[in-house]
Amino acid sequence: MSTETLPNPEKSPEQGGGELIRLEQVTKRFGSNTVLDNLDFAVDAGKHVTLIGPSGSGKTTILRLLMTLLKPDEGTITVDGQKLFPATEKERREARKQIGMVFQQFNLFPNMTVLRNITEAPVTVLGLSKDEAVERAKGLLDMVGLADKCDAHPAQLSGGQQQRVAIARALAMRPKVLLLDEVTSALDPELVAGVLDLLRDIARTTDITMLCVTHEMNFARDISDQVLMFDSGRVIEAGPPEKIFSEPEHDRTREFLSAVL
Amino acid sequence: MNWDWSAVSDFMPHFWDGLLVTLQILVLGSLVSFGLGLVWALLMRVPSRWVTWPVGVVTEFIRNTPLLVQLFFLFYVLPEWNITFSALTTGVVAIGLHYSTYTMQVYRAGIEGVPVGQWEAATALNLPLGRTWTAVILPQAIRRVVPALGNYVISMLKDTPLLMAITVLEMLGEARLFSQQNFQFTEPLTVIGVAFIIISYLASLALRALERRLVH
Repeated sequence: MSTETLPNPEKSPEQGGGELIRLEQVTKRFGSNTVLDNLDFAVDAGKHVTLIGPSGSGKTTILRLLMTLLKPDEGTITVDGQKLFPATEKERREARKQIGMVFQQFNLFPNMTVLRNITEAPVTVLGLSKDEAVERAKGLLDMVGLADKCDAHPAQLSGGQQQRVAIARALAMRPKVLLLDEVTSALDPELVAGVLDLLRDIARTTDITMLCVTHEMNFARDISDQVLMFDSGRVIEAGPPEKIFSEPEHDRTREFLSAVL
Repeated sequence: MNWDWSAVSDFMPHFWDGLLVTLQILVLGSLVSFGLGLVWALLMRVPSRWVTWPVGVVTEFIRNTPLLVQLFFLFYVLPEWNITFSALTTGVVAIGLHYSTYTMQVYRAGIEGVPVGQWEAATALNLPLGRTWTAVILPQAIRRVVPALGNYVISMLKDTPLLMAITVLEMLGEARLFSQQNFQFTEPLTVIGVAFIIISYLASLALRALERRLVH
């Protein structure tokens, strides 16, 4: 059913069949430019939602708001019933534990080994013992195919390898939501497939909720339960990928898809 | 000009004493300036004008007044308020304090040079602010400012003779004392001049080795 992850402001987090993320009447401006305009949307647990649309339409802003890298000007944001905005710093810190993010530029810590990149937060934030964290990190490195790179520094890895480490680092915190912000845009073309295959695997084999901004339409079609088409800070069309990509209703969606496909 | 090797050998025992004091000033002064400069740089990032304004005024004042004046002030004025240190301690504090107002700017540049994505990754991993600083930001910031800090060490070396003005017998002080007692100026001054060149050169070699190690 196409509405289960999407604009559905009546549903409250407690009853709504595992609703995990909720934005209500969120407005975000940069100066006089309104990037998000009174936006409502919700994502159910376990769903994979892809945000598409022209650049500047507000997709990345949503991910950055959810990661608390930006503050909304108005509106409320909750994750798993916990407040992100408005909230005290303590509430926000608590709620943020549910969320992990993978960045376009990887943002690995260059001063740490690959292993330390992954164990740092589980030890200092979740309070895992060093052994537990290392074991968890090694399992994840194994999963992303980089078990032999434990002791390497990020600068010694290719972009694709760095991004896979970044994915492992985010997953090591066992977040309920994984935010993927154009994670293949900075990669050389031949390295894109490896990262996307890994994300397909994660989407298929885990129950993690994914919110994904991408220009890889084939990938979006493969993993998404729901595709949201953004334009000028609003969701102008939403639905399962087969519908959005095959029979879009909105002119702007048609224009956008014909430009990128 | 007459060069007298016996004057050189007569001076050498005094030279070693002076060298030891110069190196002490240099090492301790560097440590003070590195530590204090970092404190200033971090205080300047506190999001409150009640902190940044006084720190800014004080450090600007210290940076823009001569080190010699500061040495005299600490040496002659502080005792009037019943604060007394040895001449050497006073000198180390003065030179360290003075140079901390330069190193703070080096640190600031280093901290600002850490890409914003590093802060964002730390937020995404929910790292506490203190841990973000100590584990992520400062290691990267300090690594990129080591060459600039090293240049200030060499600069500081060349300012150590100013401590002679507050009776510290570092290399120049020893040379001057020897000259006045023996009326032989050329030899002791030449010896310490050569010593300054050698120390600077060794310091710059050490610095380059350190840079190479940090860059991998």
